[in-house]
Amino acid sequence: MDITFNNVSYIYQENSPFAHKAIEDLTFHIPSGSFVAVIGHTGSGKSTLIQHLNGLAMPTRGEVTIGDFHLKAKEKPKNMRELRSKVGVVFQYPEHQLFEETVAKDIAFGPENFGVEKAVIEERISEIIPAVGLSKEILERSPFDLSGGQMRRVAIAGVMAVQPEVLVLDEPTAGLDPRGQKEMLEMFYELHKKQGLTTVLVTHSMEDALKYADQVIILNQGKKYMEGNPVHVFTQKDALHKVQLDVPESVAFLSKFEARFKKSLPFRGQTVDEMAEDILRVVQGGGIDE
Amino acid sequence: MREKLIEFRNVSFRYREEHPWVLKNCSFEIYEDESIAIIGHNGSGKSTIAKLINGLLFPQEGEILIAGKPVTEETIWDIRKDVGMVFQNPDNQFVGTTVQDDVAFGMENRGIPREDMISRIEDSLTAVGMQEYHLTEPHRLSGGQKQRVAIAGVLAVSPKVLILDEATAMLDPKGRTEIMKTVTQVQAKNNLSLITITHDLHEVVQSNRVIVMNQGEIWDEATPREIFAKKRALREIGLDVPFVAILADELQEQGLVLSKEPLNHEELLEELWTLHSTT
Amino acid sequence: MNNALIIGQYVPGNSLVHKLDPRTKITLIFFFVFIVFLANNVLSYSILTLFALVSMVISRVPIRFIMKGLTPIWFLIVFTFILHIIVTKEGSVWLEIYSFQIYSGGVFQGIAISLRFFLLILVTSLLTLTTTPIEITDAIEDMLHPLKKVKFPVHELALMMSISLRFIPTLMQETDKISKAQASRGVDFRTGSIKDRAKAVVPLLIPLFVSAFKRAEELAMAMEARGYNGGEGRTKLRELKINARDIAVYLLFIAVIAGLLLTRGY
Repeated sequence: MDITFNNVSYIYQENSPFAHKAIEDLTFHIPSGSFVAVIGHTGSGKSTLIQHLNGLAMPTRGEVTIGDFHLKAKEKPKNMRELRSKVGVVFQYPEHQLFEETVAKDIAFGPENFGVEKAVIEERISEIIPAVGLSKEILERSPFDLSGGQMRRVAIAGVMAVQPEVLVLDEPTAGLDPRGQKEMLEMFYELHKKQGLTTVLVTHSMEDALKYADQVIILNQGKKYMEGNPVHVFTQKDALHKVQLDVPESVAFLSKFEARFKKSLPFRGQTVDEMAEDILRVVQGGGIDE
Repeated sequence: MREKLIEFRNVSFRYREEHPWVLKNCSFEIYEDESIAIIGHNGSGKSTIAKLINGLLFPQEGEILIAGKPVTEETIWDIRKDVGMVFQNPDNQFVGTTVQDDVAFGMENRGIPREDMISRIEDSLTAVGMQEYHLTEPHRLSGGQKQRVAIAGVLAVSPKVLILDEATAMLDPKGRTEIMKTVTQVQAKNNLSLITITHDLHEVVQSNRVIVMNQGEIWDEATPREIFAKKRALREIGLDVPFVAILADELQEQGLVLSKEPLNHEELLEELWTLHSTT
Repeated sequence: MNNALIIGQYVPGNSLVHKLDPRTKITLIFFFVFIVFLANNVLSYSILTLFALVSMVISRVPIRFIMKGLTPIWFLIVFTFILHIIVTKEGSVWLEIYSFQIYSGGVFQGIAISLRFFLLILVTSLLTLTTTPIEITDAIEDMLHPLKKVKFPVHELALMMSISLRFIPTLMQETDKISKAQASRGVDFRTGSIKDRAKAVVPLLIPLFVSAFKRAEELAMAMEARGYNGGEGRTKLRELKINARDIAVYLLFIAVIAGLLLTRGY
């Protein structure tokens, strides 16, 4: 589903002394089927943006369009439930939302709420369990007896079992160790491709954004600060530093390399071995040009 | 010779008898004023080590000595004076209703007179750059700020060793940088040993020695440079290798000879520049 | 959104009432509750009312906050008044509507009782409006101190209260997060029958409890690591101090009692 934000602003507790603009005049478009990374500091408006994607927050001004759903100021859509069944949200530390006696029941909770038939749910569970890297044996166990990583996968299975078309991920790797983080993102990327999802990933990791995203949106203090394809965004080192964001390490290294060797060796999305080749060429080129 | 501060002698630990061992026959030593990093994947036993050091847990086998004293029920209160800990979750270790109340908590427990507390609060909050926040309530602070208050709370009781038990794991990059900077400053000013427990190899660069844990056992114990050189093996035990090490590896694979394993961008650049100038 | 959060009713300020030692405030209110019942004529009631109103003015708490505190009580005050008018049949008949008579005694008693009510609520809400919950906790700990002799866990109680105060905002944020997560999974907290809505609370409450327990466990460990070993031998940073202004207020209050006793009819 296409996602469009049209001059969206959101103000917490408008008309109160605590009024606070969480997002301001936000406009962007996410084409159906793309993988978008949203980046920004804590408090930059990322979580408010996410909440607009399934109607947990309604714009104070402007309009949000998700497929055929329209969210406008002071206009509650009648088909909110349908919207929420089409947009799956994996919140930060999603394992905190588990509550049922068994893993199977917890995964079924979402689809049941959205009126999916029992037999269909069973079928979906058996498909989703291997897809999130779990084994069938845990279905009858209590989610609270599992390890942290397993609990998170159960929670994700619960979101996927609704079969959303849009998948929103709010820092899904927080608290995992490096291997866990990598496996988790690979898993989401697989799901994204296989199921033709539109994926919105909120992350602090420039490396992950660079690796997976087709499009990057950088937020700063509630406003859109930059937007574009990852290579284009991440090579603008000065603009990113201005809002205290870092560039991916590979980009940072290349730019230091360019400064030291006074040669042009821009980042254009090359892999580490391509980068090594480029560097070797310059290093072995002998002499200094300028 | 430097004093031994912490000594593990063949320590094994498990939570319950029928449970698997979390730590298996671990032995190591940490000396005064040393900076040690303990790294490992989740569940490798690294956090258990921290809890054993100050008697929050006791081993089933082996012995732990802190400044020569064995850790027992009788000695834990003395030992906890010497061993300060900062935990992972910034919220779940903030006891006070305001910043200064929280910093005071450890001192109150130790019966430090009120007049001393006031000056020590000032000093330790200044050391972590939080002197403007005396009366701020915890829910108005960022995660990084809460962790800095936690460090101040530890500094206020002037321990011999500061243990950061994944203290940056729940923070955003900004908070992480904040804490790393604070810790470096604090360690430079105080005579403090530091134990950083982490799964982030970026955080081990500054330490004198790295202890790598894998499945409850000490997998390796070496300098950061030596550890970085073993990147393939590190990846196999679930750890991530910094970009600079990967690039160095790739360069070497393509025929470049590096004199030493680079720890950061600057070292690699320097090396490349030298090679460049001599060709 | 965090900034909007004010625990309890405390209205920050710097007035004399704010600055009084919380123990002074609690003691005065304690005695005020008794002396309110001593008043029995217009003059003595006036003294009490004057005392309460002057305290209110000095506190500089905006009147709307005080009124907000009184909202749930208005009904009770009016109800008491009406009850007295109907039930009390003393004094002369003032008004006769059909067969129903209103006696002067009923009106006087109605006013008196309602006024007592009003004054009590006013003064107690002045305490919570000008004293932070943690100050009240400290004061209670200090005032209950003698009970330690009979093994009453005064310190533990105070610590529990202060930790609860500390964690209220945290748990509120947590509630918000979990309810949003469950709403995204199709839970509807807002519509449906009472039974449906009660059912919708389960997916909210269980995770909340699980997380609260986990927090408690981690907090206990952190407290132990920081050397917490019960109240024995502990010193305190937060200090309560009786100042000259507290003494002055005590004296003033004694004068009010004296005035009350003098003007009270026997």
